[in-house]
Amino acid sequence: MSAIMEVSGLNAWFGAAQAVKEINLSFEKNTVTAIIGPSGCGKSTFIRCLNRLHEEVPDARAIGRVLLEGDDIYGRGVDPVAIRRKIGMVFQKPNPFPSLSVFDNVAVGLRLGGLRRASILKEAVERSLTLSALWDEVKDKLNAPGTSLSGGQQQRLCIARALAVEPSILLMDEPTSALDPISTAKIEELVTELKKAVTIVMVTHNMQQAARISDKTAFFLLGDMVEYGETSRIFTAPKDSRTERYITGRFG
Amino acid sequence: MKRHFADYLFRSYRKRKAVNSTMYLVLIVATLIALVPLFSIFGYVLAQGAPALNKSFFLELPKPVGEAGGGMANAILGTVTLVFLASLLGVPWGIATGLYLSEYGRGRLASVVRFCADMLASIPSIIIGLFVYALVVMTMKRFSALAGGLALGILMIPTVARSSEEMLKLVPQHIREAGLALGLPRWKVTLMIVLKGIRGPIVTGVMLSVARASGETAPLLFTAFNNRFWQGRLDQPISSLPVQIYTYAISPYDDWHRQAWAGALILVLLVFAMNLITRVVLAPKARKS
Ligand SMILES: Nc1ncnc2c1ncn2[C@@H]1O[C@H](COP(=O)(O)OP(=O)(O)O)[C@@H](O)[C@H]1O
Ligand SMILES: [Mg+2]
Repeated sequence: MSAIMEVSGLNAWFGAAQAVKEINLSFEKNTVTAIIGPSGCGKSTFIRCLNRLHEEVPDARAIGRVLLEGDDIYGRGVDPVAIRRKIGMVFQKPNPFPSLSVFDNVAVGLRLGGLRRASILKEAVERSLTLSALWDEVKDKLNAPGTSLSGGQQQRLCIARALAVEPSILLMDEPTSALDPISTAKIEELVTELKKAVTIVMVTHNMQQAARISDKTAFFLLGDMVEYGETSRIFTAPKDSRTERYITGRFG
Repeated sequence: MKRHFADYLFRSYRKRKAVNSTMYLVLIVATLIALVPLFSIFGYVLAQGAPALNKSFFLELPKPVGEAGGGMANAILGTVTLVFLASLLGVPWGIATGLYLSEYGRGRLASVVRFCADMLASIPSIIIGLFVYALVVMTMKRFSALAGGLALGILMIPTVARSSEEMLKLVPQHIREAGLALGLPRWKVTLMIVLKGIRGPIVTGVMLSVARASGETAPLLFTAFNNRFWQGRLDQPISSLPVQIYTYAISPYDDWHRQAWAGALILVLLVFAMNLITRVVLAPKARKS
């Protein structure tokens, strides 16, 4: 298996407060990696460094190396806009663009990226919505506002929006924490299906979810990565006592 | 002891309910009182102005002193022209300033800009008229529609800027982040996603300031001045409803007084119509698509 993204010596700050400390981690192609840990431990900050979104926050900065298919996205002269095209992101709260239709929400990345041909856009929208298991539910209301869908559908719409620009990695920050159990199950199923097409890094505070759908798991605590390994191993035979205490529900 | 406490709770509950309904009543009365001036102004203007409205009021030029009849056709067209010129300057400039303040405005420069916008908004409009008089009228050596449009445009900038800024700030940060995460440059996210999403409220803010500008008199007195005839060129003095109303109202002629009321009625209706059109036509469309 080859690593599609390799993180080394990654540190991130908000002003003077360090939120992520010296992370070394790599993600293999077509796998799901779960990032778990108590809230406030730096999970979101960490994955927001992987598409250089962290630096958009005032006073926030990050240093380190993040190789995407061999090229350092923090390298000299690298344009964050260009690298974000290859790294999709899904947020905690479903956030379809208000005032855009279902169709336009999915098409917007390609369209504003310069793609104009209607036939190609239509194809891409159908492909992405099919991939995100939403096509059958919305194919008759492509012109309805994206925000008119249910919460779970909105989140799958956001997944489709991210997939439309064909990223090689998909970052997901607690994508189900705002959803009901049925929508959550649908997204979990979808993630397992999606990893055939794209590498997934998913933050979750739900340990059952991590155990169910991820191949690798990384446990974060207070900005450090405490332990990383095969999901099955982390949940059955954690090496670090802090990991064990967390997964047995004794803190966090 | 227990019963005593329950009693107390019950009594305090009844008291709270009583206070609540009293306050509610007070608020309703206060609201109604606030509406009284609006309706009495409109009613009075309607009663005074409507009798003087006829076809020639809309189609004819003012008659010379002493002659009865005539109309305000040139002033109506003049106000439309001036407001159009003002919007050409004030709307894009105001929105651009609002965008800067909300999307890029961090640190010292932004606070300075914000402070200046607030200062500009509180400068009496007659001072802005004086400024344009010194800058444009003195240089061109004549009053002109351009100078009037400039004065009204300057007046619009701070209100459009601050209202756009407020609207933009209501857009949650994660919407912008979702756009950035798609690999779109910030300016595209700002213009094509953030701004597009709130074009309804922005238009409402713009229309309010357009309505304000169309009723301004003071800054026009020594910029656009007035004109008894049709004005074909923008570098000539131009008539406007507020200035025409002012001129007629302070005249000693009854006929002119009647026409002033009619002009006032048209001005009020113009402003109402603009607000109505914004609400009915523009806002729902922005919500739907
Ligand atoms: N915008 C911000 N400004 C300042 N500190 C922040 C900000 N966002 C998060 N933090 C801090 O950074 C740390 C990590 O936060 P975060 O990455 O959001 O944690 P998690 O996603 O694991 O819950 C926390 O201590 C949090 O308080
Ligand atoms: Mg988080």
